[in-house]
Parts: sequence; structure tokens; C-alpha cells
Amino acid sequence: MNQGTEAALLIALGFPFVGALLAPLVMLRFPRGGPWLLALAPTFAFITFAAQIGTVSSGNALVGGLPWIPSLDVGLSWYIDGLALAFALLVSGIGILIVLYAGGYLKGHPHHSRFMSFLLLFMGAMQGLVVADGFLTLFVFWELTSITSFLLIGFDHQREASRRAALQALVVTGMGGLALLAGLVTIGMATTTDTLSGLLANPDVLRSSALYVPALILILLAAFTKSAQFPFHFWLPNAMEAPTPVSAYLHSATMVKAGVYLLMRLNPVMGDTVLWETILPLFGGATLLVGSVLALRQSDLKLMLAYTTIGSLGLLVMLTGFGTETAVLGAVLYLIAHALFKGTLFMVVGILDHETGTRRIEDLRGLRSAMPLTFVAALGAGLSMAGIPLFTGFLAKETIYEALLAGGDAWSLLVLIVIILGNAAMAAVGLAVGLTPFTGSLRPTPQAPHEGPVLLWLGPVTLATFGLALALLSSAFYGAFADPMASAVAGLAVENHASPFPHVSLAFGLSLLTLAIGVAFYLGLQGMRRSIGGVLTAFGWGPDRGFDQVMRGLVTLSVRVTGVVQSGRLDVYITVAFVVVAAALWMPMLLTGELPVLPSIPQLLLHEWAVLLVAVVGLYAVVRTRNRLTAIVSLGIQGFAVALLFLLMGAPDLSFTQFMVETLSVVILALVMTRIRLEPTDHRPWNEKLLDGSIAILCGLGFGLLLLKVTQGTFDAALSAFFSANARIIAHGRNVVNVIIVDFRGFDTLGEIAVVTITGLAILAIIRIGTPQAKQEDRT
Amino acid sequence: MRTLIFRAIAPYLTALMLLFSIFVTLRGHNEPGGGFIGGLLAASAFALYGIAFGVPEARRAMWFHPISVAGTGLLLSAISGLPSFFRGTPYLTGIWTTAPVFHFDVATIILFDLGVYLVVAGAFASIALALEDNGER
Repeated sequence: MNQGTEAALLIALGFPFVGALLAPLVMLRFPRGGPWLLALAPTFAFITFAAQIGTVSSGNALVGGLPWIPSLDVGLSWYIDGLALAFALLVSGIGILIVLYAGGYLKGHPHHSRFMSFLLLFMGAMQGLVVADGFLTLFVFWELTSITSFLLIGFDHQREASRRAALQALVVTGMGGLALLAGLVTIGMATTTDTLSGLLANPDVLRSSALYVPALILILLAAFTKSAQFPFHFWLPNAMEAPTPVSAYLHSATMVKAGVYLLMRLNPVMGDTVLWETILPLFGGATLLVGSVLALRQSDLKLMLAYTTIGSLGLLVMLTGFGTETAVLGAVLYLIAHALFKGTLFMVVGILDHETGTRRIEDLRGLRSAMPLTFVAALGAGLSMAGIPLFTGFLAKETIYEALLAGGDAWSLLVLIVIILGNAAMAAVGLAVGLTPFTGSLRPTPQAPHEGPVLLWLGPVTLATFGLALALLSSAFYGAFADPMASAVAGLAVENHASPFPHVSLAFGLSLLTLAIGVAFYLGLQGMRRSIGGVLTAFGWGPDRGFDQVMRGLVTLSVRVTGVVQSGRLDVYITVAFVVVAAALWMPMLLTGELPVLPSIPQLLLHEWAVLLVAVVGLYAVVRTRNRLTAIVSLGIQGFAVALLFLLMGAPDLSFTQFMVETLSVVILALVMTRIRLEPTDHRPWNEKLLDGSIAILCGLGFGLLLLKVTQGTFDAALSAFFSANARIIAHGRNVVNVIIVDFRGFDTLGEIAVVTITGLAILAIIRIGTPQAKQEDRT
Repeated sequence: MRTLIFRAIAPYLTALMLLFSIFVTLRGHNEPGGGFIGGLLAASAFALYGIAFGVPEARRAMWFHPISVAGTGLLLSAISGLPSFFRGTPYLTGIWTTAPVFHFDVATIILFDLGVYLVVAGAFASIALALEDNGER
């Protein structure tokens, strides 16, 4: 790849983030033209990606990136093949329209600029996710989409429902993110690669690895939570609390497809196994049915679309896991068609809501003359969703049916029936959203209906047009876009051949059957809504309520655990700390069986024996005395004796410091004692004394043995030789100890003095909390 | 504790200890000593003064709050590593030069050690004074 392309791609990936940073300024400075300026970021990305179509469609993949920590092989890296490019084009292309749409939709909102900022941030994350090559890049952008989605869903943060929905989405997708991290690590362990390109280069390594099953479970958990598969589907309808541009972009066209993207990406390396081809159709099918049924019971247009999105995601997962090349072709076509028609319909619902003040299907009729452009867009998208010939939705449906008819066994038949039912329900919803609000005689709405401004209708009209044009120009669309993408998913070159025009075949017959059932559903929509609602109310419990129960359970559990672990008693904490210290000292020596050899009694001079005696007398006094103050001072005597020993053995620096530390310890301990008003004498019962005494002896003995062991080992003098040799030459100092502290290992010292400062601050804070005067101030 | 002898001798002792602490810090590069031990000495000097004359008097004498002294020291140490960027060497690499008068060696390392001195002196003095203090901060 030449440098110009690499630079352009880098700018394309970074531009949305820069745009997000500048959005508040741009919107403040140019309130009218701001959205147009901000749309430059996705436009640039779209053009850059579109320029790569030639390279990619001829079967090449673009690989590049930006190193960050080369020694760990960590950095930003991309791998752009047909799948990544198709997704990148969808993300950036729809991104342009969504930025403009959001510019009109939230016009006059006090936090309009903040919203634009979040939107661009999300866009950048999503682009990075779909082109990522390195596992780390993939994971970082994956998490970033979850976080930005949290910000966007909770945008209307003063409403409790928004906050709950945002938190719910974050918890569910965040859990998936953790699973993804673990899954990627597992894959890395199984294949010793940390890039998708490396993984795809050797497709059979992972499948034959012993770690295949754990990796599969983790990856599926990540994909299913992100793409709202049953039983994690509940967060998606709740995410409709977000402003409509968010729903159109994140929750239909892009973010929720990230899970499907992951499955498609890994299909060549994880697919083609019994597990893959059972689990995916099973969960996908359940999701499709649940989504379709729940969509039919809604009367809020936005929620109807949200539930059909769940259904569509289920369909995509089902087809990805079905295992034939034609099924992959169908999945790819459906993914593109779905992004176009669902994005359009969400924006249409947004316009209806914006211009009439309601989005309840019962209240909206006969708007065709008041909102002609919106009607055209809605009709185009609705027909595509229903799978009428000439639209991309039809291409997808034809290919899907063809794939399933080729199977010929009972399993294929079961999948086929589920898909026909799901498609029929979605056709009914497509017609309900695309036709019902615009036909019939006008009904009164909260606001007088009129066509929205250009910023609002531009997006849906463009997307709906694409939904028609791509089908009519199907051979060009296949060659540039759909075939490379499907080939990347299937792992081998495949070609589409479905035609947008009606023709005589079994697949077309099934299309007509689906449409017939769909129209029947559409006509009986009111009755079905009531009966499904009745069943659900009777049942009561659902995963959404289950989520609340789990969250409440978590809080209760953590309260209990904290209550047990954090007793609030200082003596308990200190006991635990010293038991751990004793274990850390003894365990390695005992487990490896490497206790030190007891040394023979050394030949000491008389004055050295005298100093040792002082230390022992000090210790005896500590243990024997009943007065705490005497004990503290006696401990100081012992410390001074040790400092003297250091001095005698030739460590003046150590000795000097030891003297000062002992002095200050005695002073501070005595002060603490008076401060916390301890009784002058120690009144612990004998069992406590026994426990504390044992821990103390274990700690002291353990430390002594460890020191003996260390000095008995072979001593590698390389470092001390280096320091003694170079202290004068490199660091201009004769005192090796000080030179090590301030020069050779200066960065460690910087960390240590930071700790000293923070400890000082913390102790100060603790003392202040305890003072009676501070308490009085708190009360007044 | 506040005997006449103690109170009479405390100011001289404090002054002597402070002077000695600076001496110990500066000579640390070649002889036993350094910022850490110097800081401990200075902290004991302030603690002594506080015991002799009471904490408010000690705080007045110190002029700055001891914890801000510690903070200043940390800042000084961190800043002392920056000039090495201009030499293209890693952070905290010492830069040595010979003073134009008297011809003795000066270095960023001395600033670093003075930072250590201030941190230790400030942090320990602030703990000791706060503990000596009954009621007021």
C-alpha cells in the first residue's frame, strides 16, 4: 500500500475524534452550518474508503497501522478486506446522513453540540472496530462503542428511564466486552497470533485447538450481548430512550451489528463445526421469533422497529451459522438491505414524531399530502423491508430462500419455516410503518403536520433511494460491494446472482407466500396486538425484570460481603495484615523445603557482644513491662542497638537513617498513644495475647530465616560492582548508596517520595476527622 | 515535658539540627547522608520545637504548612528531571556542570535530593505536629 493511502486512512480514522473535540466550538460559532461542517468527517472517511473499492474487490486486503509500543507489538492496526470495507462504508456513509439528520432533529436543544460530539465519537469508535486488525485494537474500539453508546442512550439524563436504559446497555454490552477480551486472549493462546489477519491466514489452527470450545463460548457471549440475541435482547428496546438519530444509527445500522460482524469475521476460522452450526441457528432463530412476535404487539412505531431489529439480528446470526456459502450471501445482502431500510424507517419515525408530536400508530393517518417526501422515503424503505421485487430487501430474501431450499433436510426445513414466519412479521411491520401513517383520512395530531426541513428528510430519502438503486444496478453492487464482503465471510470466493425482477422459481414462490402471510398479519395487526399483550401480561416475568433482580442481588451481595470483610476494627485489619506477612515469609521456604542452614555462633568482639546484649535487654523490657509508654521506649532501645550494629559492621548510611527512624518512631508512637487515649497498661485477655504473640513470633522468625537464607545464597555481584565502579564516573558521587537513590534509580525514588507525600496527607486527614473541633464544625 | 532547661535549650537545638540536616543533605553525594536522612533530621527538629513551645508556636515558626512543604518538594524533584529532555536523554538523567565561580560541580541531582529532603521533612513534620496538636489543626 502506498503512503498516501495509509495517511488518508489514518486521517479518516482519526477525523471523527477530532471532529468530536471541535464539535462544541463549531456548533457555537456556526449554529446553522455546523452540522454540514461536522459531516465533513464521515464524508472524508467515506470517500477514502470508497477509493479502496477497486483494490479490495479484486481480492486484495489493505494492511497498515501505527506502532505504539513496538517491543510488545502493540499499536493501531487495520486489516481492510471486503467485509471490513463494506462495514466501513456503511458506517461512514450512513454516518454522513445521521450527522446531518441530528443537526436538524435536535436543533435548538441546549446540549445540541454535546450530542454531536458524542455522535462523532461513536462514529470514530465504530469505524475503528470494523477495520481493526490487532486484537487489542479490536477490543479497545469495541469497548469504546459500548461507552459512547452509554453516553448517547443516557443523553436525556434527567429522565430516569434514560438513565436506566443507558446503564442496562452498558452492563450487558460491557459484560460482553469482558467476554470478548477473554475470548481474544484464549484465541491468542490457542493460535499464538494476535491479529485477525494472522488468524485468517491459518484458518484451521483454531478449530483443531483444544481451546476451541472455551474460545467459542466467550466469543458468542460477546457477539450475542452486543447484537441483542435472546436472552440478552432486552436492552435494545430500552435503548430507544435515546434520541431518534441514535436509534437509527447505533441500534439498527451499526453498533448492534458489531456482534454480527464479529461472527462473520470469525466464520472462516471458527465456523464449519457442529457447535457453530447448531448454536448460532438456535439462538438466532429464538431471537428472530421473539423479536417478531414482540414487534407485532407494540403500538409505538419506534418500538415496533426496535423489536424487528432484534428479529433481523437473529436472522443474520442464524444465516451466519447455517454453514453454506449461499446462506452467507443471503446474510450479507440482508445486512446491507437492513441497514438501508431500517435506518430510513427510524429516521422517518423521527420526522413523524418531530413534526406531529406523536409516534403512536393509532394516532397517525393520512399524512401523505402533508409530508410527501417523508412518505416516499417511508414507502421505499417499507417495501424493501417487506421484500417487494425491485428492492434490496427482495434480493436478500430470494438468496436466503434459495440457500435453505438447497439444504433439503429436516433441519433446513425447520430453519426455513422460522425464517418465513419472522420475515412475514417483519413485512407486516414494514408496511405498518411505511404505509399506515400516510394513508386513509387525516387524524388530528398534537402539532399541525408539515414536511420537515431539508436536514431531516435528506437522510431517509437518500437511504431509501440507495435501497432501490443498489437492487436495480445489482451486478455493479455485487461486484463492488456484496461479493467481496461475502467472500471474506465465507473464506472463499463466492458470487451473488439473485435478480431484482420477478421470475418463476420455488424461492420466488416462497417470497410470495411470505408476503401473503405478512399482509394477513398487517390486516390483523390490532387483534394480534391485543392477544400477544394479553399473554405477556399473564406471564409477567421477562428478562428485563430479570435484569433488575440481578442488579438488586448484586448490590445486596456486595453489601453483605463488605459487611463481613470490612469490619471497621483496626485490630482485625492489623491481625489480617500480619498473618499475610507471616504466610508470605514462611510459605515459599516451607513449600520448596529450602529452610536455611543454621549458622554457627560468630566470633564477635566484646563491644559487639555488649551491643547485642543491649538489644536483647530492650526486647525483654518490651515484653515484660505493663506500661505501654515504657514498652515503646524499650522498643526504641532495641532499635538503637541495631543501628549501632550497622555502624560497627560498616553501613554508616543505614545506621544513620536507622537512628533517625527509631527516634521519630518513638516520638510518633508515643504521640499516637496519647492521641487515641489508650489506657497506660495493656489489658488483653490471655487468648488474645497468645494469638498476637504467636503472629509476632512467626513474623520475626520468618523474617530472620529469610534473611539467613538470602545471605546463604550465591550473591550475584554484577550490580554492586557496576555501581561501585561507575558511581564516580557516571554520577559524580563517592557515596554509592546516595548515588543509587538519587541518580541510578532516581525514578523509583520519585515514586517513593510521592508515596511519602500521599501518606502524610492521608494521616493528616485521619487525624483531622478525629478531632473534636472538626466534628463541631461539621455540626454547625 | 516543658521543663525550663528543655525550653531554654530547644531553640538552639532546633537551629543546630536544621543546619545539620542541610549539611547532611548536601554532603550526601560523597559522604554518608542525603535527602532522606536530612529530611528526617529536619522533621525531628520541628517535632522537638513543637514539644517545647506548643504546636501553634511551631507552625508560626515554620511559616508554611508542612504538607505544602512536602508538596513543593515533590514538585521540585519531578521538575529536576525535565532538563534532561533538552539533552535527548531519558527523564531524570542528571546533568552536571561546573559553576563559573569557585569551580565546584553543580547538577540537577542536587535539586532532586533537595526535593526528597523537603518531602520527608514536610510529611513527617506534618504528621508529628498534627499528633502533638490536641484539638486544633
